[in-house]
Amino acid sequence: MPARTVSVTMTVNGRVRTLEVQPHHTLLQCLREQLELTGTKECCSMGECGACTVIVDGRSVNSCLMLAAEADGCTVTTIEGLAQDGRLNALQESFLEAGAVQCGFCIPGMVMAAQDLLNHNPHPTVEQIKEGLAGNLCRCGGYARIIEAVHAASRGKME
Amino acid sequence: MSAEWIGKSPRRVGGFERVTGAQQFLADIRLDGTLSVRLVHVDCGHAKIIEVDTSEAAKVPGVHRVLTAADLPQPVPRFGPTFQDRPVIAVDEAKFFGEPVAAVAAETDDAAQEAAAQVRVRYEELRGVYTIDDALDSGAPLVQDPSLRPKDPLRNTNTLEELKFGWGDVEKAHADVVVEDTYTFPMVTHFAIEPYAFMAAPDGDGIRVWSPIQHPFILQRIIADVLELPLAKVRIFAPDPGGGFGGKGYPKFEPLLAFLALKTGRPVRLVLTLEESFQAGRRMANRVRVRSGFLRNGSIVFHDIMADCMIGAYVDIAARVVEKASYTACGPYRVPNARILSRALLSHTTPSTAFRGFGVPQMSWAVESQLDEAARKLGIDRVEIRLRNLPRKGEVFIPGDLPCDGNWDEALRKAAAAVDWGSPLARGRGRGIALGLKISATYAASYVVLRLHYDGSATLMTGTSDMGQGARTVFSQIVAHEMGIPLSQVAVVMGDTAVVPYDTSTSASRSTVIMGTAVFRACQELKAQIRRLAADTLSASENEVVVDRGVIHGPKGDLTFLAFLRDFLGSTRGELIAVGQEVKKKTWKHPLAGTTVFYELSCTAAEVEVDTGTGMILIHTFATVGDVGKALNPQHVEMQDGGAAVMGLGHTLMEHLILDASGRIRNLGALDYRIPTIKDLPLQMHSLAIENEDGPGPYGSKGTGEGGLLATSPAVGSAVQEATGVKIRDLPLTPERIWQGLQDHVRGR
Repeated sequence: MPARTVSVTMTVNGRVRTLEVQPHHTLLQCLREQLELTGTKECCSMGECGACTVIVDGRSVNSCLMLAAEADGCTVTTIEGLAQDGRLNALQESFLEAGAVQCGFCIPGMVMAAQDLLNHNPHPTVEQIKEGLAGNLCRCGGYARIIEAVHAASRGKME
Repeated sequence: MSAEWIGKSPRRVGGFERVTGAQQFLADIRLDGTLSVRLVHVDCGHAKIIEVDTSEAAKVPGVHRVLTAADLPQPVPRFGPTFQDRPVIAVDEAKFFGEPVAAVAAETDDAAQEAAAQVRVRYEELRGVYTIDDALDSGAPLVQDPSLRPKDPLRNTNTLEELKFGWGDVEKAHADVVVEDTYTFPMVTHFAIEPYAFMAAPDGDGIRVWSPIQHPFILQRIIADVLELPLAKVRIFAPDPGGGFGGKGYPKFEPLLAFLALKTGRPVRLVLTLEESFQAGRRMANRVRVRSGFLRNGSIVFHDIMADCMIGAYVDIAARVVEKASYTACGPYRVPNARILSRALLSHTTPSTAFRGFGVPQMSWAVESQLDEAARKLGIDRVEIRLRNLPRKGEVFIPGDLPCDGNWDEALRKAAAAVDWGSPLARGRGRGIALGLKISATYAASYVVLRLHYDGSATLMTGTSDMGQGARTVFSQIVAHEMGIPLSQVAVVMGDTAVVPYDTSTSASRSTVIMGTAVFRACQELKAQIRRLAADTLSASENEVVVDRGVIHGPKGDLTFLAFLRDFLGSTRGELIAVGQEVKKKTWKHPLAGTTVFYELSCTAAEVEVDTGTGMILIHTFATVGDVGKALNPQHVEMQDGGAAVMGLGHTLMEHLILDASGRIRNLGALDYRIPTIKDLPLQMHSLAIENEDGPGPYGSKGTGEGGLLATSPAVGSAVQEATGVKIRDLPLTPERIWQGLQDHVRGR
């Protein structure tokens, strides 16, 4: 017997979306499978790797740990929501400029976690950057350049 | 004039897609009517499969097919890059924890998951081979069916191969000092952030298979073999891997998906969980015993090496890993007498496969540590003992192979300087330094097609996989540089065997050198064509025409490529096409089927501080120096080198797969298996390069994808020993081990 679905309305990347979700589906599944926003990645599915990081109501969350139904009424920003009209935002630009992107699979989550950090703390110290990104794994080992990228983006804000 | 692109660091080609989420990794690709696949496995490492009851699973709404070995051609096809020993799905026995005994294809992933849980497998757990000692126990069960290698005298043992390399005479060599020790290196997993994923779909009388595979042409061959199809009817799509590190080199569940696609007549899709990815590939575990002799002045007299290498239940590429790593086990030194004996031992564990460094980190952990031990006994500085034994450029150090191809002492000195080697140390601190040497490809067949379009832009078609190393960027730079066109006018097409020409593999840090050479040659071929054709347009003889990147110089004036193409192709349009290739045939006289194309040499140096209360290591300064020949894109080189170094810190400080008595991985998943996070970075990291333009690749380049982790463990281990007096021989260097070592040290044990 098909499970009863839950009606959810959320604002995703500025657009109001109303959809029926399975009660056991995560926000990650909903974004990827129903809204076809595949920029958000799945890796560990247990909130350890950060690949699925999105911003919900102004806070970064692991979308694999949040049920889609819990996002009812929420405002969600995914990696697809950062660039405007094909123009990268400052953080995305500085990830490219600093050479912070290798295979790129962790990058959407990494950028979203960094964006959340900058939203709350526009000029973080290196220690604060490390703390802010401690939940995002990069197996290519590009951390040093990721720190540089976040730092450069934060400096840009000061100018 | 056009810009020069070599030695510059333009932004990564494909970077825009990666920071916007537009990059399509395999799991992001959607095909209409795709069935979701889930696998069923038993809860131990070795079991006899008595019955697989799929009746309940088949009743789950949405289930399309439940496949077991009984549904496949009999005998069930087996595959592998070197030994064809791995069945498409488990037959009679499950030989490692995670080996699928059934696969479910359903309309939704939920239905597939539910049905997989409903498959009832009756099995009997059997005694398993889970350690090196198990594998060497004559009473242990055989992992591999002896009928798979009927002529092999070792068929009734768990030793797949015994390899012997060496030269000189270890027995007769005179040494002033002999040191002997045993070092272990545990199983570790690749942990690419992109878990393995696969798709397959029927394609008329052929098949299409999607895999984030590093070597699409090896997958094509294997699918063609198991399905008995011509290569032309097997089309492999290989989207850029989200991290490979060797783990995505060789086929795993693609043959199973191919059969499922043909059985169901539908596209099928399997995305593994991270836990299942742990169970799909790993680095081999080693126990290396080394006896080494030295003269009083520090010269190495001999190395006598016995390496037991625990590979998995199926061979995959592991035999080649054992072979290549053993061959260079003595490292980058002048060693007059060497005896290297290695055993590849089968076990009921996850098949071990290629993993960045290809077996070298396991060997260098042991052999480099021996140099430090000798240095201490002889009262010689650890940098000095290495300098004393390094060959000079041009000197043969592995008989019959490529002579030393770099100024390796430069790398050593530069790394030493980066950690202020020799300056006074603060209390609780220590320094270590080590070298790593890896051979690259010993044979190759790499082709490219380069098309120059009507508007002067160019499309390069190549079988290399861009898994983060930046092959697209570097190849674009070569084309832009040689053809004198902007980088933005070069497109690189990869990842479709129906479109790109053959390539052996994306492995062994080979692509810049080998595929790069093919790219470079295609550019020269294109310029030669232009020269021939332009002679007409310019009413000149061919030898009066000079093609210099984007400009054609003739006796009466110059012509741009664009003007030439407009004139030559005319309003009919069209394009110029060139093929470039780099082929190095196998030579069976050589133990590795050929000499190496170049040596990948790297030096690691570290200054650490150890908290004696907890055993925690804090790395203050960490330096890696690679001999890269020429950095075509310095930023990319640094990213590869620094990234490898961080990965090396993972297996040195924290990573190991732990099995229970039933062969199950106890620390399965991201919570219990830790890899370096951003907080584990050394306080200061230096990623440096030696550039003497002495490599065989374009502009004198060498490969550099792996060097950064070849010598991490011995460098850090040596630093810990200097800081604490404690010598650890078993990786990883966990706080518990160091703390225990400190306690034993205090008690004088």
